[in-house]
Amino acid sequence: MNNLMAGEAERSFVSARISDTPSVFAVASLMLARDLRLAFRKASQLVQPLAFFALVTTLFPLAVTPELTQLRRIAPGVVWAAALLSSLLALEFLFRDDAQDGTLEQYALSGRSLTGLLAAKTAAHWLLTGLPLALMAPLAGVALGVQGAALPGILASVTVGTVTLSLIGAVGAALTLGVRRSGALLSLLTLPLSIPVLIFGARATQLAIRGQPYGAPLTLLAALAVFGITVSPLAAAAAVRINLE
Amino acid sequence: MDVYGDIPANWRDLVLRKYSGTEDPQEGMSDFTLKGENVHLWRGERHVLHGVHFSVAGGQCLQLTGPNGAGKTSLLRTVCGLSYPEEGHILWRGEDVRVDLPAFHAQLAYLGHEPPLKMELTARENLHYWVGVRRRLSGRELDGALERVGAQRWADRPVRTLSAGQKRRVALAGLTLMAVPLWLLDEPTTNLDAEGQRLVGRLIDEHLAEGGLAMAAVHHELIISSQGLRRLELRLE
Amino acid sequence: MAWTWFHRLASPPHVYRTAERLTPWFAWSAAILIVAGLIGGLYLSPPDYQQGDGYRILYVHAPSAWLSLLVYTTMAVAGGIGLIWRMKVAHAVAASCAPIGASFTLAALVTGSLWGKPMWGTYWQWDPRLTSELILFFLYLGYMGLRAAFDDVQRSDRISAVLAVVGVINVPIIHYSVVWWNSLHQGPSVMYLGKPTMPPSMLVPLLIMFVGFTLFFAAVLLMRLRGEVLIRERAASWVREVVHS
Repeated sequence: MNNLMAGEAERSFVSARISDTPSVFAVASLMLARDLRLAFRKASQLVQPLAFFALVTTLFPLAVTPELTQLRRIAPGVVWAAALLSSLLALEFLFRDDAQDGTLEQYALSGRSLTGLLAAKTAAHWLLTGLPLALMAPLAGVALGVQGAALPGILASVTVGTVTLSLIGAVGAALTLGVRRSGALLSLLTLPLSIPVLIFGARATQLAIRGQPYGAPLTLLAALAVFGITVSPLAAAAAVRINLE
Repeated sequence: MDVYGDIPANWRDLVLRKYSGTEDPQEGMSDFTLKGENVHLWRGERHVLHGVHFSVAGGQCLQLTGPNGAGKTSLLRTVCGLSYPEEGHILWRGEDVRVDLPAFHAQLAYLGHEPPLKMELTARENLHYWVGVRRRLSGRELDGALERVGAQRWADRPVRTLSAGQKRRVALAGLTLMAVPLWLLDEPTTNLDAEGQRLVGRLIDEHLAEGGLAMAAVHHELIISSQGLRRLELRLE
Repeated sequence: MAWTWFHRLASPPHVYRTAERLTPWFAWSAAILIVAGLIGGLYLSPPDYQQGDGYRILYVHAPSAWLSLLVYTTMAVAGGIGLIWRMKVAHAVAASCAPIGASFTLAALVTGSLWGKPMWGTYWQWDPRLTSELILFFLYLGYMGLRAAFDDVQRSDRISAVLAVVGVINVPIIHYSVVWWNSLHQGPSVMYLGKPTMPPSMLVPLLIMFVGFTLFFAAVLLMRLRGEVLIRERAASWVREVVHS
């Protein structure tokens, strides 16, 4: 037993003490910090979905009509279809890098809950893509002739809706991890599941534009988000484990 | 974590007590054993592992050799629970690891072919995030580990700018920081110069001296001085 | 004790032989019921006082729509069993289900749109049932696409099982959100399964068709399952015996 004492106490695993294990929240914030830092080091990946969102919004006045009264009528559809497609664009990178360099493997073998770690990653993804989209949506609204009073409604509905989109996307990205060139398959998997978000989100936006109360569809959107938070990380973790097998 | 009163929040200590039935972690050290019993693994049509048996105890290192495709990586991945064996069991301290995989994972460190590092982050940041998920790290500890593998001079450069051998050294620093009894290493000496290969040997030696155990897939014999070296040759069938 | 039963159930040769023995029973009873249902539905029942003879496509449409859902559920349950108990035969069942379910969904869509012509004067109406059916069709396509994306059968089985389970949880959410969406944009759609208004001479053949279609699904499933088991077990000695005898 003497040689056990040979190593420096602080790096010996025998000396790993009670205070050693970070709490769930510490781990979650560590993951968030990591993903945010990584994202800002390659900012182009952040900007591209936003540029795409702006571009899609620009296509409609060019294709349909520049007349604001008409654009206002289709604004909810434009904003939500553009948001759906832009959030799809960022999905392929959600787990791909981590899978390729073995980081995902390390998460799966860390002894911490993979479900929790993936939930934190999804949260980071929403902060980096969903939230900026939500902040941009009112701008798109203005460009489509929406009155100022309706903008908070658009902001709120896109904010809540993109949470669910990120959660659905996490499942899709985890399922297609082992698939090369997964873009088309990923949209085929996630878009049908996103339809309820589209329906409630576009409805909330439409009511906001008409100046009517939009609480009901917004509540339904929030309910979808809560449901997604409970189910999606579990499914994503199961899919990641299978893809690592 | 004082809100929990006197319940220890550390799973590692809990696991030690649960399996060894002792309050003294050093006492529990002696029964670190890893066993494989009749492990069969299929990959689609391919029967990769044909009833592999092995046993490693604290202070021992099992060196896996064999030609490419003989299943060295598959065996390591099966041991750590990534792959699911069709038949057979992996026993850690006498208990099937499938019973409580997270508890088993908390006691092992696995290094695959590629060092699990982010190209955009520095070596130090990488270790902070990678090991930080498992345990709290002080800056002093981090510095110590980087120094041990001779990485202190380029610890703050993005990993992208490092050579393959330097990346490997960062990964080795991560390994020592995990502070776990079981090391599973897949080709730990890849891309390392002669000095780097001796470093791997030295790290394993020290790990074994602390009572830890290791399992390593290698092409070249490990340079270790410990008496605890065991060999397992996997053959192509 | 209970487990010997479970293992017998999971053994491929046993499954193959049981399926072989059961297929004719299901196939013949399905054929008899479907012929009886067709005679009852097409000749014996009276024409509808509003739609005349046009409504008779109901006898194919409604059972197809019912099966499109039943098959998806079967697929998800089989996939879930395969995931949890690592039972390979369950995955073979799920794999056999997908093309059958997609075909029934397609049949429901085609008959629904044909029925739309006399009823609405157009081949396509964004009716909630048809829309849900269309989304279900996309879900089937995604499932089959994901299955085809992996070379390794085991991984393909397990990954697609996760998708099926996620999908089956979402099917009711999608359906009710579509119903909710539809109720906003047009009046209540024509209810063609309003039980109180349906006389027994119409209802009885319809119920016979439901049972007949379900038995038909069982027969086709068993046939496909046999093929699936043979392909998956092609290296096993019992398959060589079966094929050469």
